[in-house]
Amino acid sequence: MPDYDTFEHDVLIIGSGGAGLRAGIEASAAGVSVGMVCKCLLGKAHTVMAEGGIAAALANVDDRDNWKVHFADTMRGGQYVNNWRMAELHAKEAPARVRELEAWGAVFDRTKDGRILQRNFGGHKYPRLAHVGDRTGLEMIRTLQDHGVHKGIDVFMEVCIIALLKDGVRVVGAFGYDRERGHFKIFRAKAVVLATGGIGKAYKISSNSWDCTGDGHSLAYHAGAALIDMEYVQFHPTGMVWPPSVAGMLVTEGVRGEGGILTNADGKRFMFDFIPDNYKTQTADNEEEGWRYTQGDKNARRPPELLTRDHVARCIVREIKEGRGTPHGGVYLDISWIKKRLSNAEEHIKRKLPSMHHQFKALGDIDITKEPMEVGPTTHYIMGGVHVDADTQMSDVPGLFAAGECAAGINGANRLGGNSLSDLLVFGKRAGEFAAKFAKENSHGEIDNEHVDMYAREALKPFENSRGENPYSVQRDLQDVMQHNVGIMRDESEMRSALDHLRTCWERAAHVGVTGNRDFNPGWHTALDLKNLLTVSEAITRAALERKESRGAQFRDDYPEKDERFAKVNTVIRRGQHGAMQVRLEPLPEMPDYLKQVTEENK
Amino acid sequence: MSAQQQATFRIWRGNATAGEFRDYVTGVSEGMVVLDAVNHIQATQANDLAYRWNCKAGKCGSCSAEINGTPKLMCMTRLSDLPLEKPVTVQPIKAFPLIKDLLTNVSWNFRVKKRIKPFKPRPPDAPDGTWRMQQADIDRVQEFRKCIECFLCQDVCHVLRDHQMHDKFIGPRFLIHVAALEMHPLDTEDRIEELRNAYGIGYCNITKCCTKVCPESIQITDNGIIPLKERVVDKFFDPLGWFWRSLKRKSDSGNVNRET
Repeated sequence: MPDYDTFEHDVLIIGSGGAGLRAGIEASAAGVSVGMVCKCLLGKAHTVMAEGGIAAALANVDDRDNWKVHFADTMRGGQYVNNWRMAELHAKEAPARVRELEAWGAVFDRTKDGRILQRNFGGHKYPRLAHVGDRTGLEMIRTLQDHGVHKGIDVFMEVCIIALLKDGVRVVGAFGYDRERGHFKIFRAKAVVLATGGIGKAYKISSNSWDCTGDGHSLAYHAGAALIDMEYVQFHPTGMVWPPSVAGMLVTEGVRGEGGILTNADGKRFMFDFIPDNYKTQTADNEEEGWRYTQGDKNARRPPELLTRDHVARCIVREIKEGRGTPHGGVYLDISWIKKRLSNAEEHIKRKLPSMHHQFKALGDIDITKEPMEVGPTTHYIMGGVHVDADTQMSDVPGLFAAGECAAGINGANRLGGNSLSDLLVFGKRAGEFAAKFAKENSHGEIDNEHVDMYAREALKPFENSRGENPYSVQRDLQDVMQHNVGIMRDESEMRSALDHLRTCWERAAHVGVTGNRDFNPGWHTALDLKNLLTVSEAITRAALERKESRGAQFRDDYPEKDERFAKVNTVIRRGQHGAMQVRLEPLPEMPDYLKQVTEENK
Repeated sequence: MSAQQQATFRIWRGNATAGEFRDYVTGVSEGMVVLDAVNHIQATQANDLAYRWNCKAGKCGSCSAEINGTPKLMCMTRLSDLPLEKPVTVQPIKAFPLIKDLLTNVSWNFRVKKRIKPFKPRPPDAPDGTWRMQQADIDRVQEFRKCIECFLCQDVCHVLRDHQMHDKFIGPRFLIHVAALEMHPLDTEDRIEELRNAYGIGYCNITKCCTKVCPESIQITDNGIIPLKERVVDKFFDPLGWFWRSLKRKSDSGNVNRET
């Protein structure tokens, strides 16, 4: 085997979205050397697409807000299977993380008295999302990027990691290739932070970028770390449904936060009919009150369109299934109706939702200031991921940390909109801090060259097989199976059949072939991503089978109710001794009394 | 467009040393954008076709290319806006070195960004330890911060594209970056001397090509570059201003903020 380029850092960060950048900045500030690997160019990670805002109890718009209310909202939204400690840290620390962004140059929209403006979002009791129009993710990633590049971080753009390297039980580095030339690289590190984001490309209809292939989930799993809550995949209620080429593209919840309403083909505003009991006291029961809420009336309760995403997505699916859908198989999301209420409605919509206005105009010939949008659910986010310690973000494997979407715990069974960007900041910072601490307390480990050679041989196999199957075909079939069998509505037999299909996909993936050479060869890259996609797809399916109840984002047609037996457990996925995937239920950490009281007080 | 319509895409294939246009025929349907067609060609006919894309929603700025000779994002260019009776040509942007197919080496842009003096806020001055800013005072900065770094403006700027003056001129993208910093109400850094020398703002002769291709409709020239040029002129070529500042410097020697 040829020599590999070798790099050495105290801390290696895999991923360059919000969590990775924030971790890198923090580790660097702690005085250790930091390497950062990005699958794409710097500043293009999926964080850039986040639209609505960053949830933080700044109380700039409603002074009744504080960390306790944010904590209670997060736990209620997550159906109380969240890791309470993560939810607590998140609610307490998010405001400081947002203010820090401002100190680094972020320019948020302002209140009339010149403070950071906050908007309404689903499941949040008060207006809580700091935002910049509907391009908050761009503002966040650019601020972190522009701040981070002056902190001495070594950035490796367009590099993919294919395996974590271990010395005994500890992670001591990572092995990957650069996309441009296909050269293999060894990254030695005393601590590794996974910040690889989500798994959206395991599904056909998805709001995610091509690179959301569950790399961190898969790397951690194959290195022996536990994954939890993998059954909880968030289907965002509002993706575009037409034209077909943009199906799945996100339509921000901010549309509903600004007063947008959901109607079916009969013109009925259907969400009022389905308000869950645990949200009844917080939800408006008439249109007038709902409108007043979106316009800042503190005595009004929020409209039912702003219920949690899991619930709204299911209500939309039901409307469509029962024949009340739109011509292209969605429902209507209408913001243009506010012209009945506001004299400057058109200008207001363009100012608050500029990207949405542009997106529909450019791609769908729809002017959202004049006509409704057609929307339907799209795969958006995974609540499940690497099991981590709440305070340090270290996984079960020493030296391996995870933050952001690829880590789990904060969101429980359903994530509230806006809690992702704040999660990236709060736990990105913590992962960076504790990875740096770990690096200071430990020396570099030994790299096992035999393992490295084995990974390299495996990675090159598709080249020996130029008549093998097209990797894109396997990817497409896998996405179809997950979309149809492990989607919003699930049942035992469909998921069993999905496991059979996935087994076939594993076999096919082992025999795919690529043409051309190693120079920037997307066919080869796709072939290598299949292992990650298959790993997360299998984990989602097995966890969803194990949880025989409906809770949050997991809805089982065969077990449509919540079941007390599953109220205090996580599904846990581990790699068994002989490589088979194992799933079991393990008890959740018990919430301490002072937090039980907080949730009681905020019922 | 009917569902069965076929179209030909004439895509540049090759690397820095050799290459050619190759024709690919593929089915097209309502609502498709160029990136859909290119993705389909890659998945079915040319697995090793190299180009960048991420979000397919006009937000990440990765899929820049020249379509029928015009610099555009592939994800935001609808086939219904192109004449499909003849081949659609797709080729790499030209201001940067070619790596392979539609993929260029844009790393120069990341090095330039690093050279620009970072944001330096004044100390927080609101009672809660933060700042106050009025929306009206940040509208312009927010316009500049819409930039998705697609580098299409760099591609059409003739200082970079035709004259290859990458070592003397930072290009419209980074002039807008500097403008966003200079006009940020909290920023205290001074970048005017660099604008004139290291950043080479004088090379821009305001032909507005950059503004025309900006997918975010940022008024790069009128709102960004021209006001920066005025600041440079005020500082270096206005004798009254120069005299006044020299007096001010003497009377105000404790203030090292803006005029050092």
